Amino acid sequence: MSNSVELSIAKAINAGLAKSMRADEKVLVFGEDVARLGGVFRVTEGLLDEFGEKRIFNSPIAESGIVGTAIGLAMRGFRPVCEIQFDGFIYPAFNQIVSQLAKLTNRSEGFMQMPVVIRVPYGGGIGAVEHHSESPEAYFAHTAGLRVVSPSNPNDAYWMIQQAIESRDPVLFFEPKRRYWQKGQVNLDEAPQPLHSATTLRSGNDVTLVTYGPMVVTALQAAEVAAAEGINLEVIDIRSISPIDFNHIVESVKRTGRLIVAHEAGTFVSVSSEIAAKIAELCFYFLEAPVLRVGGFDVPYPAAKLEELYLPDADRIMEAVDRVLAY
Amino acid sequence: MPKEHAVYGELIRDLREADFLKFYRDMARIRRFDHEATALQRQGQMGLWVPAIGQEAAQIGSGYGVGPNDHIFPSYREHGVAITHGVDLMSIVKMYRGVNHGGWNPHETRFHLYAIVLGTQALHATGYAMGLNFEGRVGTGDPENDLAVIAYFGDGATAEGDISEALLFASTNKTPQVFFCQNNQWAISSPVGTQTTVPLYKRGEGFGVPGIRVDGNDVLACFAVTKKHMDDARSGLGPTLIEALTYRIGAHTTSDDPSKYRDADEVAYWQARDPIVRFEKFLRKQGIGQDFFDEVAVAGDALATEIREATFALAEPPLEGMFDHVYSEPHPLVEEQRAWLQNYEAALDGHTPPPAGDGDVSYGGTR
Repeated sequence: MSNSVELSIAKAINAGLAKSMRADEKVLVFGEDVARLGGVFRVTEGLLDEFGEKRIFNSPIAESGIVGTAIGLAMRGFRPVCEIQFDGFIYPAFNQIVSQLAKLTNRSEGFMQMPVVIRVPYGGGIGAVEHHSESPEAYFAHTAGLRVVSPSNPNDAYWMIQQAIESRDPVLFFEPKRRYWQKGQVNLDEAPQPLHSATTLRSGNDVTLVTYGPMVVTALQAAEVAAAEGINLEVIDIRSISPIDFNHIVESVKRTGRLIVAHEAGTFVSVSSEIAAKIAELCFYFLEAPVLRVGGFDVPYPAAKLEELYLPDADRIMEAVDRVLAY
Repeated sequence: MPKEHAVYGELIRDLREADFLKFYRDMARIRRFDHEATALQRQGQMGLWVPAIGQEAAQIGSGYGVGPNDHIFPSYREHGVAITHGVDLMSIVKMYRGVNHGGWNPHETRFHLYAIVLGTQALHATGYAMGLNFEGRVGTGDPENDLAVIAYFGDGATAEGDISEALLFASTNKTPQVFFCQNNQWAISSPVGTQTTVPLYKRGEGFGVPGIRVDGNDVLACFAVTKKHMDDARSGLGPTLIEALTYRIGAHTTSDDPSKYRDADEVAYWQARDPIVRFEKFLRKQGIGQDFFDEVAVAGDALATEIREATFALAEPPLEGMFDHVYSEPHPLVEEQRAWLQNYEAALDGHTPPPAGDGDVSYGGTR
């Protein structure tokens, strides 16, 4: 039997960080309030006691500075893991991420590697004030040179953070903040699969439902509802937003002939746009219906009292299931 | 000279005649290079050229004040600093000709890639210097061990938030670092007064980084001030901001026309203070004869010929080179698009076109 423990997503990331820090002394953790406090979500709690202030430290409240110094540390041979406190606070670092971090390997013709991980708690559903509930992953997925991933459960969170740290490329690591406290079994011995592979969480032959991050739980809820109606949804967690494991999606869509893509972000020029376009191209003769998308609306993330209306839920997914089956 | 500046004078007194001649040779060399590169741009051989004319003292002097193992984070005009650390000038020509985006190995040259988005490199320098702290490469007193870092930027870049953040991170981390601001008084068409109302050497004070202004057209002063503060940084005394007050005698780039925004009188004033002419006068007073200056002129012409011939001989980058080094590890989308372009080009060359997609799993796709 494998060595397995029950952990929340937050604790699983913490355990993964600790394991990477033990394995490689070049791994550094920094960001706003990550040291003594353990971050506002306590993801880095306890690491200061084990690793000391040369391995985990608080940065000034300056996101461009956090990422810019991470780049300099990577140039020196460190493997920085920096935390951006909330999704909506990443934009001051956008220039350093897009113009520097993403391009330095290319600009130097491979002489400079950028093994930097940027952890970002993202998404809504926690009743927060403005700028604390956004889903900015598409900006980064659009940028060549970056890798973008998002775990949806504790086991993936534990392994994916370690795989991201081991990557020689920069990785944007989006953490589904409203699921931080969701618990699950973590296999401490063996990674389930490589970082950029998708996984099927529930098999079904009627409709393929593709999602990632915080929407995975919602998708599985929808699959339960659908099952009660005699409809079998196949739920795929892509886990990696850049690159996307299209082979995995294609294999499923060829069987079901129907695809729905769901995420919290607005759908205009989004991750679901890319998946819809690619699947239309690769599975044209297999599709029984247009690819449908379920997402947030293309408005600024609303005030907390309205976020339940903004965020797709199982009913909104079922509405799309009904539509896709009507063809 | 104020008493507290006596230390700089001592560093200058330690210089030998051979050092003076080396400084002059390099200043003249980079001036000649700038003229040749400008000519090459005018002949369509380069997309753009960014001359450093007028800033040779600031660049050569400070460059030689940096230790041989220290790391240098330039902006995009530091051709003079580059030659003080053995960077092949053709690396820079290649970039401005459009062959690549840099491509030299900063681990080897210790002169990092040019940074075009202003101020970004100062944060990289600070992060690098933080790493030196973590590794114990500072303040041990062992000259083989201790290292420091220098970031170059201009007066225009001081307005960027990254410079302020870099000063702050440097201060809170007490990094082994010098911030070297070449105040050439013009950011394209904007005079320095657009960027600041306070002298730039004071910019670091509020962050806890002490500053000093140096005559940026005095190569010996630039050398001494840089050497002193790099030595201090290596010894663990923390960061310093140096403002080298100089003047951009030439255009911002070959795309610029400074006659539209600044007075000829102002340019003439600074041309009369040309750092190379000034140092030549000094050397002649030291008894350096005409033979030396003749030799430098001949070497300059030889360099110009060499650069011109090497530019013409530069190979075009390989067609699919754009797909190289996008990532350090394999990436399916990049490989798919590389393969597509190779097939497409092969088809144009008269080969059989690739088969059309049949809807199967193939990333050939449409473009």
